[in-house]
Amino acid sequence: MTRRFWVYIEQEDGKAHPVAWELLGVARRLADEVNDNAVVEGILVGHNMEELAKEAIEYGAQTVYVVDDPAFKNYLNKPYTTALTALVKKYDPEVLLVGATTLGRDLAGAVATSIGTGLTADTTHLAMGEVKGSDKKLLLATRPAFGGNVIATIVCRDYSPQMATVRPRVFTSAPRQTDAKGEVVREIIPITPEMINAEILEFITNDASSVKLEYADIIVSGGRGLGGAKGFALIKELADELGGVVGSSRACVDAGWIKYDHQVGQTGKTVRPKLYIAAGISGAIQHKVGMQESDFILAINRDPNAPIFDVATMSIVGDLYEVIPAMIKQIRALKEAQHG
Amino acid sequence: MFHALVSIKQVPDTTNIRIDPETNNLIRQGVPTILNPYDAHAVAAAVEWKRKLGGKVTIITMGPPAAVTSLRECIEMGADRAILISARQFAGADTWATSYVLSEVVKEIHAKDPIDLVFFGKQAIDGDTAQVGPGVAVRLDLPVVSYAVKIREVNLEKRYVIIERKTESRNEVIKTTLPAALTCEKDIAEIPFASLPDLVYSLRYEPEVWTAESPITFEPALLGLKGSPTTVFKTGTPDKHTAGEVIKTADMGVDGAVKVALEKILGVEGMVSMLGVQK
Ligand SMILES: Cc1cc2nc3c(=O)[nH]c(=O)nc-3n(C[C@H](O)[C@H](O)[C@H](O)COP(=O)(O)OP(=O)(O)OC[C@H]3O[C@@H](n4cnc5c(N)ncnc54)[C@H](O)[C@@H]3O)c2cc1C
Ligand SMILES: Nc1ncnc2c1ncn2[C@@H]1O[C@H](COP(=O)(O)O)[C@@H](O)[C@H]1O
Repeated sequence: MTRRFWVYIEQEDGKAHPVAWELLGVARRLADEVNDNAVVEGILVGHNMEELAKEAIEYGAQTVYVVDDPAFKNYLNKPYTTALTALVKKYDPEVLLVGATTLGRDLAGAVATSIGTGLTADTTHLAMGEVKGSDKKLLLATRPAFGGNVIATIVCRDYSPQMATVRPRVFTSAPRQTDAKGEVVREIIPITPEMINAEILEFITNDASSVKLEYADIIVSGGRGLGGAKGFALIKELADELGGVVGSSRACVDAGWIKYDHQVGQTGKTVRPKLYIAAGISGAIQHKVGMQESDFILAINRDPNAPIFDVATMSIVGDLYEVIPAMIKQIRALKEAQHG
Repeated sequence: MFHALVSIKQVPDTTNIRIDPETNNLIRQGVPTILNPYDAHAVAAAVEWKRKLGGKVTIITMGPPAAVTSLRECIEMGADRAILISARQFAGADTWATSYVLSEVVKEIHAKDPIDLVFFGKQAIDGDTAQVGPGVAVRLDLPVVSYAVKIREVNLEKRYVIIERKTESRNEVIKTTLPAALTCEKDIAEIPFASLPDLVYSLRYEPEVWTAESPITFEPALLGLKGSPTTVFKTGTPDKHTAGEVIKTADMGVDGAVKVALEKILGVEGMVSMLGVQK
């Protein structure tokens, strides 16, 4: 029997969420860990999905099951749950991975319940491993618990599929291969009027929700050490100078100095920029789990024992109100030198 | 008359959790328990709409006897009735087994006293799964709006509700039929100051206690650890990282330290062109 490793390809307005390609990458790795005939397949639900189906194949889906109908144009819990549940029942995949985005968590929770299987939320590590009492390797889904103080590995022994939602940005994207070959299978899911128990009246796009922290290359984050909301003007100035975006610890969000959308960490975003600057952030475990995979971490803190220094590539012990202005000045000087 | 039900959980205040550096175990002793913050906002929203429309708010929780404190807190905020679902058999439930119990409870209450809206918090801060709300809704076949930030309208005559919810990239305004379920962000409502009568009432309020046999007879095989498809395979502490170079402005001056740091940053491949500077 074919062992199917499924990835739900999340899309909005015909654009895939990058986490989908990250999941195709891990799904491939997991499938290789069990080898015999394991296949990686994508599930796509929406309208006008031809282009995306092709893209999913380029990112490693061997088959893409596509539900393409105007009724699925925008995400709504009920119709999407109905579609995904029907496909799972039809093909019986062994593993089903969904991005731990707002949409993905909404969908995965509903699908797992309607199928009657286990779901591990917000995982940050995945492997296939031997578990006592099971004759085949199981999905070992690891996630932080109790505010990141503990990491727990969860298994789902007797139910199928083994489901997990996976944090964006903890795995790297699968490589895109434009000559990849794969099959597109169209699926028809009949939608009755009672399934459409909700309608979207309008979309509101606001500035805050356009902060794209997870996929930024450069992030400058401020913490309680800023001493007040005004401090973020300085953080923003440095971020602008570097072409980066502004991040924050939760302490500042709780204090109302900055919007939640900027929060990095366990209950905020996981980020993986090329450069992460942490200024006035102590480095609580919940903050570190969200940024410690960054390529280069520069930490600025007055306290020589700040735990943030344990994960920093380079640490400056000093006052951020002296260090950051000096940094802005030196970068400007370097840019001027460049231009003439 | 509006009938709102809010499903709440009492959780350890995870801000205060510490790890024993010797044994790597969670130090639970002395960790206070609180009403899950998102649930508190959900209660506030339910009470706000009860005051607008007239009606009542029922609170349910599945948890240990100590959860009575959180139920009283909800009464203090203006809820009218509270039910504690408590029995040994429920212990160790994952989100699937939890949603089974809660959905049966909602069904039972609804049969006697029809419910218009079922409120959940966005997630419980101990597990952060955000699965119980959608899970209960699916079991009851209710439309669910998750990550709700605002209830715009509740129309009891025409039987609909309009809710604004947050997604990754934007907010959506959703209209759906009643009864419906929603999971709440903190924005949904401000926590009110308790009125004196509510405060006094809450002090001597005794929640009803429901068990695994009464008034609902639950299917034993579906409860607690036994009824949970997922199990904890192992636990551990997060990986330790190694610290890099540390420099001090006190030793080399502010400009000196910044210069050293920038040189190191610009040494990273691709950084020079990314920043648009010359090394
Ligand atoms: C369940 C749970 C989830 C959480 N999720 C998150 C999360 O997602 N993200 C998150 O960040 N936190 C999270 N937290 C909170 C976390 O535990 C910390 O409370 C928080 O990260 C602390 O923020 P901070 O470092 O800005 O503040 P503090 O810990 O107060 O640190 C301020 C630092 O600034 C330094 N400082 C002060 N003045 C200056 C100056 N002039 N120059 C230089 N340095 C200065 C100080 O030395 C200190 O180290 C969570 C907690 C829990 C319980
Ligand atoms: N034991 C419980 N009793 C009542 N409600 C719960 C319980 N566990 C979770 N909930 C509700 O479900 C929401 C999401 O919880 P979770 O899925 O655990 O993150 C919470 O905010 C509560 O509203």
